[in-house]
Amino acid sequence: MPPVFGVLFDGIAYGMLLFLLSVGLSVTLGMMNFVNLAHCSFAMLGGYVTVTLMNAFGWPFFATLPAAFIVAAAASVVLERVFFRRFYRATDLEQCLLTIGIVFISIAGAAYIYGTTNQPVQLPAYLHGSIDVAGLNLAVYRLFLIAIAMAITVLLVVTIEMTRFGAQVRAAVNNQRMARGLGINVDGLFAITFALGSGLAGLGGALAIEIIGLDPSFALTYLIYVLIVVSVGGLGSIFGSFAAAIVLGVADVAGKYYVPAFGAFLIYLVMIVVLMWRPSGLFGRR
Amino acid sequence: MQKFFIGVAGLALALLGGGAAKAEDTVKIGMINEYSGQFADTGAQIDNGLKLYMKQHGDSVAGKKIEVIRKDTGGIAPDVAKRLAQELVVRDNADIFGGFSLTPNALASADISAEAKKFMVVMNAATAIITTKSPYIARTSSTTPQLNYVLGQWAAKNGVKTVYTMVSDYGPGIDAETWFLTGFKEGGGTVVGSVRFPVANPDFSAFVQAAKDKNPDAIYIWIPGGTQPAAVGKALAERGVDPSKIKVMGQDALGDETALKSMGDASLGIITVSDYDYSHKSAMNQDFVKAFNDEFHRNPDFFAVGGYDGTHLIYEALKKTGGKTDGDSLIAAAKGMAWESPRGPISIDPETRDIIQTVYIRRVQKVGDKLQNIEFDKVENVKDPAKARMAH
Amino acid sequence: MTSATIAGQANPVQYLQAQNRWQWSEIAFWLATLLPFVLTPSYLVLASQIAITALFVLSLDLILGFSGIVSLGHAAYFGIGAYTAGLLSKYGWGEPLTGLIAAGIAAGLFGYLTSFIIARFRHLALIMITLGIGLVLQEAANSAGWLTGGFDGLQGIHTWPLFGKIRFDLYGYTAYSYALAGLFLTFLIARRLIHSPFGLALRGIRENGLRMPAIGASVHAHIQTIYTIAAAIAGIAGALLAQTTETVSLEALGFQRSADVLVMLILGGTGRLYGGLIGAAVYMVARDQFSGINPQYWYFWIGLLLIGVVMLLPNGILGGLTVLARRLKVVS
Repeated sequence: MPPVFGVLFDGIAYGMLLFLLSVGLSVTLGMMNFVNLAHCSFAMLGGYVTVTLMNAFGWPFFATLPAAFIVAAAASVVLERVFFRRFYRATDLEQCLLTIGIVFISIAGAAYIYGTTNQPVQLPAYLHGSIDVAGLNLAVYRLFLIAIAMAITVLLVVTIEMTRFGAQVRAAVNNQRMARGLGINVDGLFAITFALGSGLAGLGGALAIEIIGLDPSFALTYLIYVLIVVSVGGLGSIFGSFAAAIVLGVADVAGKYYVPAFGAFLIYLVMIVVLMWRPSGLFGRR
Repeated sequence: MQKFFIGVAGLALALLGGGAAKAEDTVKIGMINEYSGQFADTGAQIDNGLKLYMKQHGDSVAGKKIEVIRKDTGGIAPDVAKRLAQELVVRDNADIFGGFSLTPNALASADISAEAKKFMVVMNAATAIITTKSPYIARTSSTTPQLNYVLGQWAAKNGVKTVYTMVSDYGPGIDAETWFLTGFKEGGGTVVGSVRFPVANPDFSAFVQAAKDKNPDAIYIWIPGGTQPAAVGKALAERGVDPSKIKVMGQDALGDETALKSMGDASLGIITVSDYDYSHKSAMNQDFVKAFNDEFHRNPDFFAVGGYDGTHLIYEALKKTGGKTDGDSLIAAAKGMAWESPRGPISIDPETRDIIQTVYIRRVQKVGDKLQNIEFDKVENVKDPAKARMAH
Repeated sequence: MTSATIAGQANPVQYLQAQNRWQWSEIAFWLATLLPFVLTPSYLVLASQIAITALFVLSLDLILGFSGIVSLGHAAYFGIGAYTAGLLSKYGWGEPLTGLIAAGIAAGLFGYLTSFIIARFRHLALIMITLGIGLVLQEAANSAGWLTGGFDGLQGIHTWPLFGKIRFDLYGYTAYSYALAGLFLTFLIARRLIHSPFGLALRGIRENGLRMPAIGASVHAHIQTIYTIAAAIAGIAGALLAQTTETVSLEALGFQRSADVLVMLILGGTGRLYGGLIGAAVYMVARDQFSGINPQYWYFWIGLLLIGVVMLLPNGILGGLTVLARRLKVVS
């Protein structure tokens, strides 16, 4: 198979990572219109949890993943209770300011505790290297990443489409006032969704270390990419985030392979074009 | 009566102003560095080098006490760096500038160094033109041409006929590529392809694949430190680029300690050029590494050594001028100064005020259970080739 | 600034005239800007950069605070102004005042062109498009290293003495005077603009963009006009920075700068003209002080400041001060 498919595979894996990092923000932004710029701080937290558990306590990599999820989710619950709750009715700009303040504190905290270097992580041996599939070199870790992301996507879709909880979430995203009117506890729902979304971000952060590294500035650097995925995909839409992440991941990687001079531009141009064509995103509500 | 009050006020102000300038017996070093932001680690290591030197040699030189004032630029911010330099002169009465990881910040501060006639020691920034911007600048790190030209020539002489270059698309990367290719082509090599990465690039697989497609003898990579070296190394391993078949070469950041740890065995065989590695075999370096580890619980790197040697230069220059701190005396004292550094013998070129040192070619090997850059070839007394050519 | 209530003024002309009258607090503010010359002469360089940033924040307030356009890419115009002035100086024409005008025109032109896109979108799409434009411009500037100097920044800028006589000195007296004058004059223009029918129309658009065409104010035309003006002002601010520091680098049009200016505006209070100026001053002084005390972790204290302001002072610092002033008035 021509090497371009290897490149596409890498793009899809990268896209899956972006999806994990972004899906939480898309749903919470769509549901509650709460601008949480600190979303990537939870991702960073998950990453540091993995690093600490592996390097200081010798946990195996797999065991750290649920821990990353849980710690990030727990942290978000605390933050939500203490801070965010009071700002649901506040303006977008105030929410921005609040969450940026939290991002800054998280960056300083990470720098203080872990120092400023990039964190090394040693994966178990069976996740190293690549396997040969039809003449292509497919990295084992990326296969692993895609597998996990697909599993989570399936889980999310099943939850959203087939459970009562999911139905309530969909209702709240669609029309919050009406949902409240029908007796749905939107605030409680939001707290749970927020925790789940942040937990997924934490998991994404842990998985991301191998591919994009981890240092204290992670919380800001990847915020831009996450915002791009969320806006292109459409707020409140899981499928939208998925589609957008794949499109952007592939566009990014393919762009770099075929037209390296435009490599960096392409992802931004794609975003601008998509948003001009569909301002609410690919699958957002009109 | 009014005149009396004006007089008192004037006296008070004079006393206050005089008070600020009273400390004739301290020498103030203003460190303009990146202590926060994405370059915080390089700033921290330079500062560690400074701190270790001061711990080992005391904080007094030539009868004067050394005071260090630290200013953070936060990253690439030449307007901030320039303002900090101005404030160091105007507000803090600093005598000497030090630090400077980033070229734009160094260039901006150079203007102040020239105007206020302050001795300035560049401890990391590697662009060749920096030392030309003020007659009071000396550098103790390395220059991009110095390292990459040597690597290019070495590669051509050691069996590499074709190369594919991949560098970050910004000043230092393009600079490095230019000088590598100058040395390489002068040695008879040919370039089969090249590509430039976007600066904050997280994913290298596409680029690595494109390089592999061309099947060169060697791939030359230049990326800044931080998260990227490890990412590149992993991309190389994933795309099946075997360093024993296709030589992978680059500058020091590629062989950075954390990068090696992240890459694991995939990094074996990577060839890098640098002025310093903590595995360098010399008695002085062994002591240096041990002291550094005792103090900071991590190994020194070329940033740390730049800070350490920069501080040495300041101390020795002060000793030579007998404590005089004006720019002209200090730079005259610094010119031509030669000493043994943990990296090997170095000296300050009296013509260009830039550093002359031994450049090492290293390969990643396993020593015990650690991956290290082991020096296996070197070129001595390398002057900065960029300025050498400018002179002609 | 709002001593005349709307209810008491049935006549729009009188209302605007009342708004346009100078309050004692405003006069006090501008007199206070002269204090650094006397009280803290060693901080003049910082003061000049605060004045420049304040001008930049003011330009964002015009589009965000008054017209409701949230932009995450406003630094694009700042950067274009900076590079225009820088390039002019590098290639031989270092006269500061004409450089400012050229920069304003260049940035305004780019603002005009992008306003065609900007005017059509709202909400998240608008924010992300402005972000995208800023990022694309940053990458383009990096690629055009032959023009912009790339990573190293533009070299060889030399600003001629002001009016042919006043040199830009090391202490920053000229720089601060120049920047402050620029800020004040531009502020006068912005103030006049806001307290005019045009300004009222903008506020109407911000509050309810759908209704405005129904009462005869074309939304697109108004937005394009104010956006162009704001871009020109941002360009002038950028040129001021380039001329007073004699450096320009890519971060002048970078995301970090766009994000910082947004934070400063929200901090100070949007839609109040002075809010942006105060926000800029507070943020930059805080940053300077925190980073002096603790170069490695000053982010932490700034984060705390932001959270504190948001929790205690809704509507930003100026909003809080206004509430305080009103309470004092009630008490007295």
